[in-house]
Amino acid sequence: MKNNLYNYILGIADNSLILGQRLGQLCGHGPSLETDIACTNISLDLFGQVRSYFQYAAKIAGDQRTEDDIAMLRKERDYKNVLLVEQPNTNFAFTIGRQFLFDVYHLAFLTELQNSNDFTLSVIAKKCVKEVSYHLRFSSDWVKRLGNGTSVSKEKMQEAINGLWTYTDELFYQTNADKEMVFEGVGVDVTKLKNNYYSRINEILLEATLEIPESKWFQTGGKEGVHTEHLGYLLSDLQYMQRTYPNMEW
Amino acid sequence: MSEEQIKNLEIQFNARIERDEKIEPKDWMPEKYRKTHIRQMSQHAHSEIVGMLPEGNWISRAPSLRRKVALLAKVQDEAGHGLYLYSATETLGISREEMYEQLHTGKAKYSSIFNYPTLTWADMGAIGWLVDGAAIINQVPLCNTSYGPYARAMIRVCKEESFHQRQGFEIMMKLANGTSEQKDLAQDALNRWWWPSLMMLGPKDEESVHTEQSMKWKLKRKSNDDLRQQFIDQTVPQADLIGLTIPDPELKWNKERGSYDFGPINWDEFWQVVKGHGPCNKERMKARVGAWKEGEWVRDAAIAYAEKQANKNFNKAV
Amino acid sequence: MKKNWPLWEVFVRSKNGLEHRHFGSLHAADAEMALENARDVYTRRNEGVSIWVAESKNITASNPLNNGELFEPAQDKVYRHPTFYDLPDDIKHM
Repeated sequence: MKNNLYNYILGIADNSLILGQRLGQLCGHGPSLETDIACTNISLDLFGQVRSYFQYAAKIAGDQRTEDDIAMLRKERDYKNVLLVEQPNTNFAFTIGRQFLFDVYHLAFLTELQNSNDFTLSVIAKKCVKEVSYHLRFSSDWVKRLGNGTSVSKEKMQEAINGLWTYTDELFYQTNADKEMVFEGVGVDVTKLKNNYYSRINEILLEATLEIPESKWFQTGGKEGVHTEHLGYLLSDLQYMQRTYPNMEW
Repeated sequence: MSEEQIKNLEIQFNARIERDEKIEPKDWMPEKYRKTHIRQMSQHAHSEIVGMLPEGNWISRAPSLRRKVALLAKVQDEAGHGLYLYSATETLGISREEMYEQLHTGKAKYSSIFNYPTLTWADMGAIGWLVDGAAIINQVPLCNTSYGPYARAMIRVCKEESFHQRQGFEIMMKLANGTSEQKDLAQDALNRWWWPSLMMLGPKDEESVHTEQSMKWKLKRKSNDDLRQQFIDQTVPQADLIGLTIPDPELKWNKERGSYDFGPINWDEFWQVVKGHGPCNKERMKARVGAWKEGEWVRDAAIAYAEKQANKNFNKAV
Repeated sequence: MKKNWPLWEVFVRSKNGLEHRHFGSLHAADAEMALENARDVYTRRNEGVSIWVAESKNITASNPLNNGELFEPAQDKVYRHPTFYDLPDDIKHM
C-alpha cells in the first residue's frame, strides 16, 4: 500500500515536474512580454504543485530522501510522466497544443482527485484545481486564436495537434499501481475520464476551426518509464547540479 | 510657438520640477526632456528584458526546487519590470515596437553587465547580490524622479525587487558556508562579477555626459562615482560576513573619508563591452531578435483573430 | 502598415470595498487577452480581486492646456468646505 501510494504520487507529480521544466525553458523567449509572463506563471504553478506532491512522497518514503532527491535523483526509467508533457517546445503552437491537450486531462483528473480518501492528496487537488482551470482557459483561448487567426497560424496549430495527438491516449492508461490505488479509493479511475476528454477536446478544436486528427495509433510507455528520446536531455539539465555536486545543500 | 514663448514655457517647466511637482504625459515639456526620458527609460526597460537571459540560462539547471521557483519568479519579475517601463515610456509618444527596433538594431543600449556569461550556479547568487544590489542603488532615487509615469513604475519595481537581492545573497551565503567546492564556486563568481558590477554604475563623473542635466530633472540624484562608492561601502562588509574576498588588492578602509579606497577600474574593458565586444553581446541580441521574429506569426494571428471577433460582434448587433 | 497589439489601461480593485485604481498598461490583441495579461502582470502578488481593462485609445482625457479654466475656478470656492462656517464651540455632531 505504502509503496503503491508513493509510486502513485510520483506518477502525478512527474507530469507537473516535466511540463513545468519545459515551460521554464521558454522564460525570456516568448512571442511577447505578456505571453512570456503568462507561460512562466503556469510553470510556477506546476512547480508549486510538484513541491507539495514530493514533500508528501518524501514523508511517505520515510527515509532520508528530500523533495529534491525524489525530483532530481532518479534514473530515466523511474520517471513516470506521460510522453505528452516531455515533448519539446518546437514552436509556440506546440507549446500551446501540448498545454491544451494536457490541461483538459489535468483539470478532469484533479476534479476527481479532490474526492480521494487520502486526505493530503484531496487537499492538494483542491488547491490545484483552481490553478489548472486557469491554465485551461489560457491554453484553449490560444488554440482558438491560432486556429482562427491567419492561415499560417492555423497551419501551425493543426500541425501541432496532429503531431501531439498520438500521445493523448496514454493519459487514460492505468499501471498496476494505478489500479490498486483506484481500488483503495485513493486514485482516480482515468479510464472513466476518456470519453469526456475527447468530446471536450473536439468541441474546442471545432471552435478553433481545426480538424480532429483521425489517427487511431497511439504511443504509450511513459507511465511505465519508457520515454521518448527527448526526456534524457531534459533530465540532464534538471539533474545537472545534483549529479555534479552530490550530497550538498543549496 | 515663437521662440520666446517656448523659453517662457521652459522657465515655468523647470520651476515646476524645482517645486517637486510631477510632470505628466500630456503636459507641455521641452523636446530635450522628452528625448532624454525616452532614451533613459527605454534603456532601462531593455536592461530588464536582456537581463532575463543570463539568469534564464540557469532556470532549468537550478539545484533545488526551492531555488528553481525563486529564480523563475525573479526572472519573470524582470519581464514585468520591462513591461512597466516600456508602458511608461510609451506615454512619451514612442511605441514598444519602435523601442524594440532600436534595441535590435543596436541604436538603443542596455546595461552592459548582461553581456557577461553565467558559467556556474554561483553566478545566480552573484548577480542577485551584486548586480541587483547595484541596480537598487540606482533605482531607489528614481522613485522620486520628475516624470510621473517613470516614478510610478519605479515605485512598483522597487517594491517587487526587494526579494531579488536577498534571493541572490542567500544563494551566495549558502555556498560560502558549504563545502570547499561550493565556497570555491562562490569566490570564483565574486571574482568575475565584482568589477563589472562596479562598472555598471556608469562611467566616471568626468566622462559622464548626461549627469548635470539629469540631476536637474531628477533623473539622477547622485553622481556615478558617489553611487559607486556607496555600493562598495555597503557590499564589502557583506562579503566579509560570509567569508569571501573582494578581488581588489588595493581595497582598504580609509578612516578619514569613512569609506573604502579601491583599485583602478578597467574602463577600456567597459567601453569595449558597451561597443559590442563583450563576451555575450551577440548571443544576447540573437536571443532577443530571435524571440521577436519567431513570435511574429503568433502576434499577427492574435490580431487577425481579434479583428474577426470584432466583426462577429458587430454583425450580431445589427 | 503592420498592426501591433494595441495598448490597454488596467484598473485593479485591491479588495472589496475599495475602488478600482489605475495600475498601469499593457499590450493585448483583444479584451479577453487584456484581462488575462492584466491578471498575470499586475496581480502576481495577490494584489487584486477585480480587474477592468479599457483600450487606451478609448479613454478621453482633459487637456492640460485648459487646466486653468477647468480646475482653478474651484480653488476659491471655500464655502463648499465645512471649515468655512463658524459655529459656537458648544455645538457638537455637526
